[in-house]
Amino acid sequence: MEDAIVLSYAISGEDFTRAGEASSDVKKKLKQMGVSPEAVRKVAIAMYEGEINMVIHANGGEITVTITPEEICMVLDDVGPGIPDVDLAMQAGYSTAPDEIRSLGFGAGMGLPNMKKYTDSMEIDTRIGEGTKITMVVKI
Amino acid sequence: MDKFYHSVRLDAELCKGCINCIKRCPTEAIRVRGGKAQINSKFCIDCGECIRVCPHHAKHAVYDKLEAMKQYQYTVALPAPTLYSQFNNLDDVNIVLNALLLMGFDDVFEVSAAAEMVSEATREYLESHRESLPVISTACPSVVRLIRVRFPNLIPHMLPLNPPVEVAAALAAKHAVEKTGLPRNQIGIFFISPCPSKVTYAKAPLGTEKSQVDRVLAIKDVYPKLLSRMKAVRDDCQDIGKAGKIGISWGRSGGEASGLFTENYLAADGIENVIRVLEDLEDQKFTNLKFVELNACPGGCVGGVLTVENPYVAEVKLNRLRKYLPVTRSHVEEEGQQVIPWTTGVQYEPVFRLGNTMMESFSRLNQVERLCKKLPGLDCGSCGAPTCKALAEDIVRGEAVETDCVYNLRENLHKLSEEVAVLAGDLSGRDRNGSGEETVKLLKDYIQRISEEMAVLDNREDEEE
Repeated sequence: MEDAIVLSYAISGEDFTRAGEASSDVKKKLKQMGVSPEAVRKVAIAMYEGEINMVIHANGGEITVTITPEEICMVLDDVGPGIPDVDLAMQAGYSTAPDEIRSLGFGAGMGLPNMKKYTDSMEIDTRIGEGTKITMVVKI
Repeated sequence: MDKFYHSVRLDAELCKGCINCIKRCPTEAIRVRGGKAQINSKFCIDCGECIRVCPHHAKHAVYDKLEAMKQYQYTVALPAPTLYSQFNNLDDVNIVLNALLLMGFDDVFEVSAAAEMVSEATREYLESHRESLPVISTACPSVVRLIRVRFPNLIPHMLPLNPPVEVAAALAAKHAVEKTGLPRNQIGIFFISPCPSKVTYAKAPLGTEKSQVDRVLAIKDVYPKLLSRMKAVRDDCQDIGKAGKIGISWGRSGGEASGLFTENYLAADGIENVIRVLEDLEDQKFTNLKFVELNACPGGCVGGVLTVENPYVAEVKLNRLRKYLPVTRSHVEEEGQQVIPWTTGVQYEPVFRLGNTMMESFSRLNQVERLCKKLPGLDCGSCGAPTCKALAEDIVRGEAVETDCVYNLRENLHKLSEEVAVLAGDLSGRDRNGSGEETVKLLKDYIQRISEEMAVLDNREDEEE
């Protein structure tokens, strides 16, 4: 059995110019691997949303992507403020993004709902004041 | 016709094996092997970037020569809107159109007139296909080819309408047959093109089985012939122009989109910018966007490599020319409806896949990751691949070897020479005791290994010669 491919990306906080670099890189690799376009699309959308969330809310963090021939697992780990009410955050349209972020076209309150929608499973482990760890899996 | 037909070619005689083209190719389709550039036909999208950057003019486009006009009994010229932007102080397209007749063409059909029909059909398509929004323009063949090999998720968003050149060719051919009664093969439909990408399109079109364009001439070849004839065109020449503002505007970036009467559009030009937009579209970063116009050349078609004028100057000239024209002068009508829609779809071609099966690709991707960690990460291009990562991909595909990396080779040589120095020091110490024979033998071994490493380098140079 071949080893899984593990890719790590440091996400820098409040740097919108670099947001999306990690998801683009993963996308390119998945296409080289011959993963179905539909799965590539799901990973790209979910990961980009997560990346942006880390930039906006958590001052960056780290994303680890583990690829096996069966699935793509994305772990988004940050040391941000945590999510006080996960159920509320999961509601479409709910957002705590400040105005200056919204003026950039972000903060529509679709981040977490979209991440759930485009993945086969999503787990949120969050602690107030300590950080959030989101684990998303897309089956190949 | 080969589905990977190309009009961008290499002239091996002129190629010096430098790294300019490999670094600029947007799909990493070029490698320098044996001292000469090679274009991977599966990756190449005929954008012409390499023609633009090659300092030795070793890249060129294949297109037809003017003499090809003699092979037909009746010829029709299809001038691209970009053609009008090449001339100084042109205030009436009729001067160019009549000069084309003086050049020997029997008739002209403006691509800009067909463009207005495509604009009209696009407006209808946007209204009736809201589920496909944002719709991506398919007028630039390089963009269509890029999406075909790299953005499978965006294929359903492509505008399934023929580009203006095809619509113009189909209508021009139909009119010529009706007018002359000649068989179709005696009629030559000549497109006067700003770029090699359209040459590729005419030979191996996407979206339609066979193009009605018979020959493609370069604007830069037709330009000097037209200049003298334009002086001979009289003020009371025939009024044959059939395009308005919308049609003429297609020659520059944003022109196609401006004919759609919506503000919710994006227009990007230059292949690198186009790729960034497609990446973002794939990640669904844009909302409320109706139309995406993409042109591989900077500035749009005016930036094509077969033109003569600076693209930005050309754009000013185009804007001046359109100023006094009516908004539109050509409409779809019945015959247009028959030739505008695509008749075939576009299939995803996963050419960047590393292996034949998913398991093989996965295993190779793993190897690429491991190799990338070993390579220096300088992306110097000396191995002939544009980046270290591209070299790693070539290695796992079996098209290159690790010692192609000159840094790896240099490091090996350094290690060996350091060990030799240590041994030599050792030897001079022992000489006083008179027992250095074994060390001398070792030293000889090392020197042998150094020459072997050097031979690897020499071999490569031999290959290049």
